[in-house]
This record gives sequence, structure tokens and C-alpha cells, in this order.
Amino acid sequence: MSRAVTTRRKTINTVLAWSVGILIFFPILWTILTSFKTEAQAINDPPLFLFFDWTLENYAVVQERSDYMRFLWNSVIIAGGSTLIGVMIAIPAAWSMAFVPSKRTKDILLWMLSTKMLPAVGVLYPIYLIFIELGLLDTRTGLVVVIMLINLPIIVWMLYTYFKEIPGEILEAARMDGASLREEIIYVLTPMAVPGIASTILLNFILAWNEAFWTLNLTAAQAAPLTAFIASYSSPEGLFYAKLSAASTMAIAPILIMGWFSQKQLVRGLTFGAVK
Amino acid sequence: MGRIVLDKVTKRFGSVEVIPPLDLTIEDGEFTVFVGPSGCGKSTLLRLIAGLEDLSSGHIEIDGADVSTVPPAKRGLAMVFQSYALYPHMSVRKNIAFPLRMAKLDQAEIDRRVSNAAQVLNLNDYLDRRPGQLSGGQRQRVAIGRAIVREPSAFLFDEPLSNLDAALRVGMRLEISELHKRLQTTMIYVTHDQVEAMTMADKIVVLRAGNIEQVGSPLELYNRPRNRFVAGFIGSPRMNFLEGAVAAKHGAHAIGFRPEHLGISLTEGEWRGKVGVAEHLGSDTFLHVHPENGGETITVRVDGEFSARHGDIVYLTPVAEKIHRFAADGLRIQ
Amino acid sequence: MATQHSRSAARLMMAPAVILLLGWMLVPLVMTLWFSFRRFLPNRPDIVPGWVGFDNYVRFVTSSAFWPSVQTTLIIVGGALLITIILGVLLALLLDQPMWGQGVVRILVIAPFFVMPTVSALVWKNIFMDPVNGLFAHLWRAFGAEPIVWLSDAPIFSIVLIVSWQWLPFATLILLTAIQSLDSEQLEASEMDGAPPLSRFFYIILPHLSRAITIVILIQTIFLLSVFAEIFVTTGGAFGTRTLTYLIFQRVLESQNVGLGSAGGVYAIILANIIAIFLMRIVGKNLDA
Repeated sequence: MSRAVTTRRKTINTVLAWSVGILIFFPILWTILTSFKTEAQAINDPPLFLFFDWTLENYAVVQERSDYMRFLWNSVIIAGGSTLIGVMIAIPAAWSMAFVPSKRTKDILLWMLSTKMLPAVGVLYPIYLIFIELGLLDTRTGLVVVIMLINLPIIVWMLYTYFKEIPGEILEAARMDGASLREEIIYVLTPMAVPGIASTILLNFILAWNEAFWTLNLTAAQAAPLTAFIASYSSPEGLFYAKLSAASTMAIAPILIMGWFSQKQLVRGLTFGAVK
Repeated sequence: MGRIVLDKVTKRFGSVEVIPPLDLTIEDGEFTVFVGPSGCGKSTLLRLIAGLEDLSSGHIEIDGADVSTVPPAKRGLAMVFQSYALYPHMSVRKNIAFPLRMAKLDQAEIDRRVSNAAQVLNLNDYLDRRPGQLSGGQRQRVAIGRAIVREPSAFLFDEPLSNLDAALRVGMRLEISELHKRLQTTMIYVTHDQVEAMTMADKIVVLRAGNIEQVGSPLELYNRPRNRFVAGFIGSPRMNFLEGAVAAKHGAHAIGFRPEHLGISLTEGEWRGKVGVAEHLGSDTFLHVHPENGGETITVRVDGEFSARHGDIVYLTPVAEKIHRFAADGLRIQ
Repeated sequence: MATQHSRSAARLMMAPAVILLLGWMLVPLVMTLWFSFRRFLPNRPDIVPGWVGFDNYVRFVTSSAFWPSVQTTLIIVGGALLITIILGVLLALLLDQPMWGQGVVRILVIAPFFVMPTVSALVWKNIFMDPVNGLFAHLWRAFGAEPIVWLSDAPIFSIVLIVSWQWLPFATLILLTAIQSLDSEQLEASEMDGAPPLSRFFYIILPHLSRAITIVILIQTIFLLSVFAEIFVTTGGAFGTRTLTYLIFQRVLESQNVGLGSAGGVYAIILANIIAIFLMRIVGKNLDA
């Protein structure tokens, strides 16, 4: 749209959009602000917006009392591990489907997607039982595996849609040039698909980080990631607004930043390439 | 060395037979062009030779060795693709070096061969650029460079010039021809453009629907097309064909004569007609003449100086010894 | 277009992903099916496990909690869909307009999607909806009104609000992408034809968005059907906020009635599959294009 727009209209748009944007963002903003207040200021009536005594005390207390770093580390291991393993399994699969398609490729892709739609609660007990049998309950290994599996279809799909955009002739050229299949994937396909692979990793890291069914149901003290750590604040006795806000801010800050980088890929990833 | 023999080669995709049994021998050092309309199977044939597709049956031999089931990398061939297929994330130098790296050559040898190729192809100034920063012609050279460093027994070209603009195409055509003269290596070149075929080939293979219509030198094909298809495909503008009573007079189902083999006169001749469109190329003029008897438009090549305008009446006479006669099945009558 | 060699390599390289997902799907599914036909309460050694046929299925549907949970599920899913789609379309239209700082506004709008469900549930529950110290309570009192006890007086509305806040960014982002793919020449042509803005919206923009809207509906439905953390953290299933998912969770893990819960699980799987079929049709069509 390369049309001249009146300044007046642009001003109205801007004001309107910014108001809506801030309204939607407000709960996050307010949480962040509250995390810097004292407990008394946090529940002050009328609420204090910016003019209060800024303090970092809550962050220190949260870390000290709950060992925040351990939960953070669990989240990093679970989200990172599941994503990386998922990508390593998915790259060869996506290569196959994108460059050596057969009549069944489409069916396999759709079937993979359908596993993603299996409601978790429907298989909760079997997984629970298997975890107990294998001693995986409340272990990071167990969660890495489960979360890798629930995100694997999305990873395959995203990589598939990215690989599809790479011309097959380039891979054939590599084949003519004497590259083995392994060399073809490592030296030619992967470097060319770096942007796609990176956004796949980013988005799936976010999804894994925020996963809150299996992480809540399959962990206790040992392997609990941040989702479970935050949920532990829901009991009334542990409740302090400022500290809750500090804990929340720490849990969402890294992912908010990553999310902003991945917003373009978000659409493609979450609609399985149906909307680009 | 690079003598390639196709022995009863066939290719089916599912139940569709793209290449019916086909025999062909390409001699060492020969520049062979596969030419034909789109969908004639010429690219498939090239990919079969490259090993990028499996044969459905038959054998392919390179220098006497059966390579029918040998993977592409081990056939000792190099290929230049239509889209150039350069590795966008590598510099020109790395692109050209890639096949050598895959062959595990030592670095000194790689450097030597890359700089040789760069020399030959005038790429010295671009070695550290990425393909994305090059023009179409330069990319084409890099693709060729990547092919020649391997010192293959034969080069395969898959419509390499079709993405270039007209002027560049003529230039690259010459470069590839010169490269062939210098290297004396077998080259197989696929194109749909009969001008490329005529100007570059030692041997042209005309394909239609997977069948070889004719194999021969450019002039053999021009002078003695084996059938109506080849006659119409080779030569530009295309041959004029006449059927019916006119042809019957020559004892044929159809006769053909090229635009350049027609005499033109303002006063007398075999056929009288009215000039429709006159295309002036400068050196020549192509006149599209509507015969008065209502037959098909006849194209005639006249000297650029000849003045004729829309609506003028002209008389045309074919050069008797240059008339090609065809039977009802399309085959040439000797 | 490939050789036998690359085809077999392809099969080999696809195998790990296929086998893993096949196992991940089949093993628990078969176990759930198996349990659903059995009387199985692991915490009650006095009740002998045994084969009960379709008993669990019948009991799950006839229990007093079933229909209310279906109703709750429908209200939460339907409500959140309605809100996110309508606001999403409006917001996408707004964000598509020329303005200053578009990128920043986009970021602000998208942010809630990245907040983990437990955090957003807790923040809303305490900092906003708490009847004493919550921001809403302050607001209500400022206008002289009696604060609402959100989570017990309007529990379902509260949860719909939280869930909609989380999913509005998703709907907006996808619809915005779809709007931006609309050929601007089409709009200009309709403008030349004299169509006023409102008819341009209904005759050109909305039909163009229909595919994206369908996709948003289907994908959100699948995620909304399994909303869990938001309820777990806020009401714990009390005050009529027990959805089908939550009911099954309670049967399986809280009361350890595995047989009954598994039968419920099978219902949930069937329900999800019905929706999934429609989604796959759309995605599948896109594959051919």
C-alpha cells in the first residue's frame, strides 16, 4: 500500500492502536512493576503506578527461598534438550519428505500432525504408569522425552515447510559433486536451512518452556521446571504479591524476549504452514 | 575419455513410459545436443545418464564400464543445472572447491585447480563473493567452474542458458563451445532451442515423446531430415509444408521447402500470393505470404534490400532440388 | 523424481521419527483403551480389578458431573473463540493501518502468548481478580461499587477472560498475516468501483479471511479443549469450572479411578479427533498447492 495517508488518520490510528496495545500488555507490565515494589506498596489502595520506592529485594528473596535457579535450570534443560533432540530426529525425516516425496508422504505428515491432537489427558494415566515403571517420574530425562514427543510433529512440519523452499537441484548438484547423503545434509542442506532451523528451534523452545500439563503432572521436587515452580505460589499461604510478581517476571522474561524474535515464524509454525 | 553408450534404456514413472527402449552412442570428445520440444524426455534422459534417476531397464556404459546402478558421484560426470544450483551459503571459491573437497583432495591441489578454473572462466575477481552477489552470466560461469575442476569424463548441461537474457545467451554459447574445443571432453547438452543445437553440436539428437527422431550432424539434419517432425523442428523460420494436389505433383503426401529455398519475383512464378506481414531483420526480411489459392501462409526469406509491403502481390517458386518430400506416415521419401 | 538409493535412504531417515511417534501414539492409546474396559482403582486394594465391559463408559456419561463438565467445556471454548476471533479481526484490521510505532504495538499485542499458562493464571487470579487487594477491586471501590469475588461469583467468565487474553495474540497474528497477504490491488479496484469501507470489509476482506479464521478456530479449539493449568491454578475445578479435561484429570490422578478416567479419556480423544479431521482437511489441501 503505497498511498499517501493523511497525518490526521495516521494519528488516530496510532493513538487507537497504542491504547489497545498497552491495554493488552498491561497485565504483564503491571506484574513487572509490582515486582519492584515492597509488599505493602504492592497492595496499596489506590494502586501505585510509577511513584514508589523501587527495590530489587523481591528477586533476592525469591531466589533465596525457593532456589529459583534450580527451577530455571530444569526449564532450560527440559526445553532445550527436548528441542535439540527433536530437531536432530526431525531433520532427516523432513529431508526425506521434502526431497524424496512418495505417495505416502502427505499421509505420514498428516498422521504426525494427528498425534499432536491427541488430548494429553486421554493418555495421562498410561504415561504416568510407564513413568513409574521406568523410574522416570520427576526426572528431567522423562520430561525431555515426553515434551520432545509432543513437539516433534510441529518440528517436522516446520522444517518440512522450510526445506520445501530449497530447490532440489542444489542437492542434486551436491550429489553429482560427490557428496554422500550425510555430507549433502551437513554441508549443503543444513547451512542453507539455517534460518528455518533457527526459527524452528526458537518456537519449539518457547512451546516447551511454557508446556504446563505434563510438567505439572509428572514432576515433584526434583525435576520441576518454572511452570511448576510458579504453580506452587497458588497456595494462599505462600502468597505475596511482590514476590509472586518477581517470580513471574523471572519465569517469563527470557521467553518474552525470544518470542519477540520468533513472531514471524510463529504463524507458520503454529498453523503447520497453512498460513504464511 | 568419455564414450557413453545407452543400450535399450527405458524409463517409466509409474505406468507412464517416458523413454521407450532407446539406443545411443556418444563418442569420446563429442559435443552432443539433445533437442526437442518440452516434455520430450530430453532432461529425463540426461538425468538417467547422470544417475539422478534410476533406469527402468537397459544399461548405460561409460568407457566400457556398466554404470547402470552406480551412484551419480561415482560416474565421473559433472553437471551444470538450469538454475545453476550454486550453494548460496558458500563463496565462489568454496563452490568451485566443493567437489574436490568431497573427493578428499589435499588443499594444495584444490587451490591449484580452483585457481586454474577461475583463470579459464575469468572469475578471479569474484572468488570471495557469494553467488547472490553475482550476475546471471557470472553464476553460470561458477557452475561451469564447479564442473571442470573435477576433470570429469563428460559434462552434462541441462538447459544451462535458458535463464539468461538473449544477448548473454549468445555470449555464453560461444564460451561453452570454446571450452569444448579446448578441453576436448565429451559434452552432452540439453536444450529446447534448435539454434543452440545447430550452432554448438557435433551431433544432434532430436527427441520427441522419448523417441529418437533422428541423430546426425547439424547439416545432415538440416539437409536431410528423416521425417516431417525433424524437418519442422530444425531451421528457423520453420520449413513450409504443402499437402494435397501440389504435393501429389511431386509424388508425395506432403512437400516441404525452407523459407530460404524460395525464389521470389514480382512478375512471374509458381504461386501467386499477397504479402501479409513483413518482418525486417535488416540483413534479411521474412515475408509471410498468403497464397491466392487459399492455402497455408508461406514464409519466405528475402534479402534485406528487397522492398515489399503489406498487400503487395508476389510470385514464389521453390528451388526444385531443395524440395523435401514426405510420405503419409511423415517419413522422408528418398 | 529420485533413485532407488535415495528412496531407501529416505525411508531409513524417516524411521526414527515415525517409530517414535507411532509408539507415543499407540502404546498409551492401547493402554487407555484397555483400562477403560476395566475396573481399576490402584489406591483401593479392596476393590478387585476386573473386566467390566462398557460399564465405565456408561458410568462416566451418567455421572452427575458429566453434563455440567461438557457444558462448561463448551462455554469456555465457545466463549474464548468468540472473543478472540471478533477482537482478533478488529485488532488485525487496526494493526494493518498505517501508524507510527507499528512494530512496537505488534510486540505489545503478541506478548501474552509467550507468558506461561501458570504465570498468567496466577497473575490474573491474585493481582487482578483478588476481591480484597486485586486491581479490579481497587477500581470497583474507586467508583464506589462493591468488589466482585471474580473466581467464585463469575468463575467461568473469569477463566474465559484469562484464556482469551492468552489466545487473542495468536488469533490476531494469524489474521494479520492473512490480511497482509490480501492483494492491495483488489481493494483499490473495489474502491474504484465505489464500494464504501463497510462493504469492502464484508465483501472482500472477510471472505479473504475466512480460511485463516477457520484455521484459527480449529487450532484454538484443540488447545482450548485441553486447557488445564489455568483451571488448576485458579479454581482447582471448583465453582462449576470443571471442564471435561479437568474432570478426567480428577478421576485419574486425584481419585485414582483409572478405569472411569480412561473411559473419559477415550471420549476426549474421539472429540478431539472429530475436530482434528476438519483441520487436517484444510492443512492437507494446502499441501497440494
